This record gives sequence, C-alpha cells and structure tokens, in this order.
Amino acid sequence: MISPLNIVLVMIISLLGIGLYGLLITRNLIKMVLVLQILVKSAMIALVLAGKVSGNLGTGQSLAVTVIVADTVMAVVALALAVQVRRYFGTLDVPEISTLRG
Amino acid sequence: MMSVIYLILGIGAIICAYRAMVTQRLLSSILFLACVSALVSVVLFLLGAQQVAVVELSVGAGLVTVLLVYALSVVGDDARDQISVISKPVALGLVALDLLLAGVLVFPLVEPSLNVSSFSLAVVLWQQRVLDVWIQIALIFSGVMGVLGLLSENAGVGAKKDEVHL
Repeated sequence: MISPLNIVLVMIISLLGIGLYGLLITRNLIKMVLVLQILVKSAMIALVLAGKVSGNLGTGQSLAVTVIVADTVMAVVALALAVQVRRYFGTLDVPEISTLRG
Repeated sequence: MMSVIYLILGIGAIICAYRAMVTQRLLSSILFLACVSALVSVVLFLLGAQQVAVVELSVGAGLVTVLLVYALSVVGDDARDQISVISKPVALGLVALDLLLAGVLVFPLVEPSLNVSSFSLAVVLWQQRVLDVWIQIALIFSGVMGVLGLLSENAGVGAKKDEVHL
C-alpha cells in the first residue's frame, strides 16, 4: 500500500493543480484571493513535508509559519483593494476593470 | 491504518478545494475553503507540526474566513457565470503539464531520515531564523497600515470635492 507521506504528496500536487487552474480561469477578484489561499496551503504542507523528510521539521515549521503570515497579510490587503475597486468601478470582474479608465 | 486516515483527509481536502473553485456562490466557496483549512490543519498535526496546525486552524479557518465573509458582505455576491479569459482546455493543458513536471520531479518520495533534528519550532524560530520573525513583524505592520490606508472612508475623494467647490 502507498505510504502516508506519498499520499500527502499527492494531496499537495492536487491542491496545487486546483489552485493553478482556478487562478487561470477565474475572473472575480474575491475568488482569486480564495484560490490563491488554496495554492498557498499546498505550498505550506510541502514545506512541512520537506522538513519532515529531511529531518529538519523545526525549519519546515518555521518557514510554514512565515508563509501563513505572508499569506494572511496578502489576503487582507487584496480584499481591501477589492472593496475599493468595487466601490469605485462598481464591478469585481478583472477584464472589465482593465478596460476602464478612471 | 495511518494511510487510510491520510487518504480520507486528502480526498476530503481535494474535494472541498475543487468545490470551492467551481461553486458559483461565493459564500459557499468561502465555507468550502474553511473546510480545506481545517482538513489541512489535521494533516499538519499528523505530520508532527502541531504548532503550525494550530496557527493554520485559527488563522486559515478562522481569521481568513471571517475576512472573506466581511468583504463579501460589503461588495455583495455576484453569482454570474462568467466566461474565463483563458479557454478552459488551454488552462487545463497548462496545469496538466505543470503537474506532470512536478510529479516527475518529486515521485516517489523517499522515507524520512532517522537523524531527526531535535530543535523545536521555538528554538529554530527565535534563535536560528530571527530574520523570519522580523520579516513577519514588518509584514504584519505593513499589512495593517495598508488596510488602514485603503479602508479610510474616501478621505482623498472628499478633499478633491472641496477643491472643486473652491
């Protein structure tokens, strides 16, 4: 039977694929933040898994905490930007916003 | 037995992530994302990263979900089915190529080495990677300042209107 760590690796690659695909096809700004969260979660598990496999779990955890903080700050700023964009342009559709001149 | 638990958690996380991506209603997507965060935190706990699991559960499943729901309540749910800019087959092909490369590079995973480092997260974070802590502090500070600037109630617009009246 496949080992637990290989199952986690499959999970990481699947989440990466879902996040990338979602980022490519989505047009809504808030949905973009959402799929970016999925992408970052896969990177975070990969860091912890790499730390466990290489025998440096503390380093992997430390990097994962940094990734969580950076990801949360990114989400906060991106959502604040999305609120302002909606307020000024009346839409969250990225192609529509890119054609507007404000 | 552990493989079965990891399998259940992994399949659950993948299904929730997929549903979060394809669901049209943003509120449902946010709730599916919270489920992904919860399942990921359990996986992290089982991998031995207990501190990261707690942080992920509180921040990922708690704070980020609240922020997303707040933003959604401000801007409203726009549930139109929008056609993507990149056609879906092209996007699928790009992602499949990317995953193929990643799979070739990482599979099969070697088993963990036995000489596991005895350093805990606290020792690594506060003694070996102090720069990371400073970066985190700077990030949090800049994030707070950025949000305060962005969400300030149209001060710039009001000032411009006053100038026009003068």
